Amino acid sequence: MSSAAPAPGRSIPAPVITPETRPFWEAANEGKLLLPRCRSCGKVHYYPRARCPFCGGEADTWIEAKGEGEIYTYSVMRRADPPYAIAYVSLTEGVKMLTNLIGADFDRLAIGQKVRVVFVPSESGQKVPMFTPLLP
Amino acid sequence: MSIKGKAFIVGAYEHPTRHAPDKTVAQLHAEVAIGALEDAGLRKEDIDGYFCAGDAPGMGPLSMVDYLGLKVRHVDSTDTGGSSYLVHVAHAAEAIALGKCRIALITLAGRPKSEGMATGTAPRAGNPNLPELGFEYPYAPTVVNTYAMCAMRHMYQYGTTSEQLAWIKVAASHHAQHNPHALLREVVSVEDVLASPMIADPLHRLDCCVITDGGGAVIVAHPDVAKSLKRPLVRVIGAGEAVKGQLGGEVDLTYSGAAWSGPRAFAEAGVTPADIDYASIYDSFTITVLMQIEDLGFCEKGAGGRFVADGNLISGVGRLPFNTDGGGLCNNHPANRGGMTKIIEAVRQLRGEAHPAVQVKDCALALVQGTGGSLGLRHGSATLILERT
Ligand SMILES: [Zn+2]
Repeated sequence: MSSAAPAPGRSIPAPVITPETRPFWEAANEGKLLLPRCRSCGKVHYYPRARCPFCGGEADTWIEAKGEGEIYTYSVMRRADPPYAIAYVSLTEGVKMLTNLIGADFDRLAIGQKVRVVFVPSESGQKVPMFTPLLP
Repeated sequence: MSIKGKAFIVGAYEHPTRHAPDKTVAQLHAEVAIGALEDAGLRKEDIDGYFCAGDAPGMGPLSMVDYLGLKVRHVDSTDTGGSSYLVHVAHAAEAIALGKCRIALITLAGRPKSEGMATGTAPRAGNPNLPELGFEYPYAPTVVNTYAMCAMRHMYQYGTTSEQLAWIKVAASHHAQHNPHALLREVVSVEDVLASPMIADPLHRLDCCVITDGGGAVIVAHPDVAKSLKRPLVRVIGAGEAVKGQLGGEVDLTYSGAAWSGPRAFAEAGVTPADIDYASIYDSFTITVLMQIEDLGFCEKGAGGRFVADGNLISGVGRLPFNTDGGGLCNNHPANRGGMTKIIEAVRQLRGEAHPAVQVKDCALALVQGTGGSLGLRHGSATLILERT
């Protein structure tokens, strides 16, 4: 999985990293997208938290996602300078995550389009997962 | 136990200002409180319950109770964003039913226009303890682009069009032309909406609500109090609440919490959507209205675009007159929280005190629907059903 840069003129606020979410962010710096899985019910959830939102069990195990999915929905913020695309991406593991779409012609984005994860440095240097279309 | 018939809305007041650079937020709260008391024919000393939300300065109700000089035995500062004030009406009815208070004051006020707040277009950082913060703030979610994602998905899944969404603004503008206090009084067309600048695809500037200073207040009271006053009687007969978020990652942006709060309110009231004469529907954006109309059961899921088109929301023209004051889309959205003004216009309609050009004939049953937060991230939903008796 590759690294990428944000659009020129755009800086990405650094994520707040907590004891609950540190493994996710450390893996992101190594180019891996981790998802939390519950010890009790086995379900994967998002955004990551220490207690399973489905059954309340401990969700302190992590699986590595394939980093592939499709656009569930998106919107290009035309009023921003530079414009950017916010989206929910539906991962092959079944959860949807809020993200940005980069490296794309914003006028050719479409719901259902296949995307893959890329890791983009934020203001602190911490990398955050974003997605780019497989066929730009 | 039910709140049906246990409380009445006896006072309602909307501040006429839309821009208040020379007033404080606390002062606006006080002005709407006095306005609602005068409307009801009550005195400040009669108030024994006070309700406010996050727009009130200070810790919960503490500063405002002190500032207003109230002596209360019941307070509630539940904050579910713009829907808070509907929740307050329901909680006031519960408290009155249990004898915890008899006359409850609910106030809202704010000055986002004077404070120059980029309400809808700037990401808000928020408290570092927010559990979702690290997974959202880096991606610059704003009010408008998160609602826009709901609209985009609705269009994809159900074939909803920008023209259909525009009809919601058109209907609001037809109502606002009769409201001398409305910020936007000009009647607009579908073409005007589509020609306005794109803010966040697919929402144009005219798909968005206004930004205004101002406020409003309502007073909820025991039936015996209501019957002793001289105002028309508006009875609370049903209420529902819900909170909907990202469902652990099983995100579904095609419906709102109104799909949960609505049926609860209808069940308590013992009425159906077909019985409703007038509806106040939260209108932060055109898509907000469309989704809630579907979720409340005024039409089938996915059919909202066809339902709102061709003036179906215009009073005297369509089947479901909505937001006859012009709503948040044209009239007023004080403190960026539209729930209070939704309640107030429903009270006007049930009293027969709406503008004659928009008054629904023999309006006996009204629904008030509010949301708060963002339908695209997480939000509260509240539904009230009110009856003229
Ligand atoms: Zn579990």
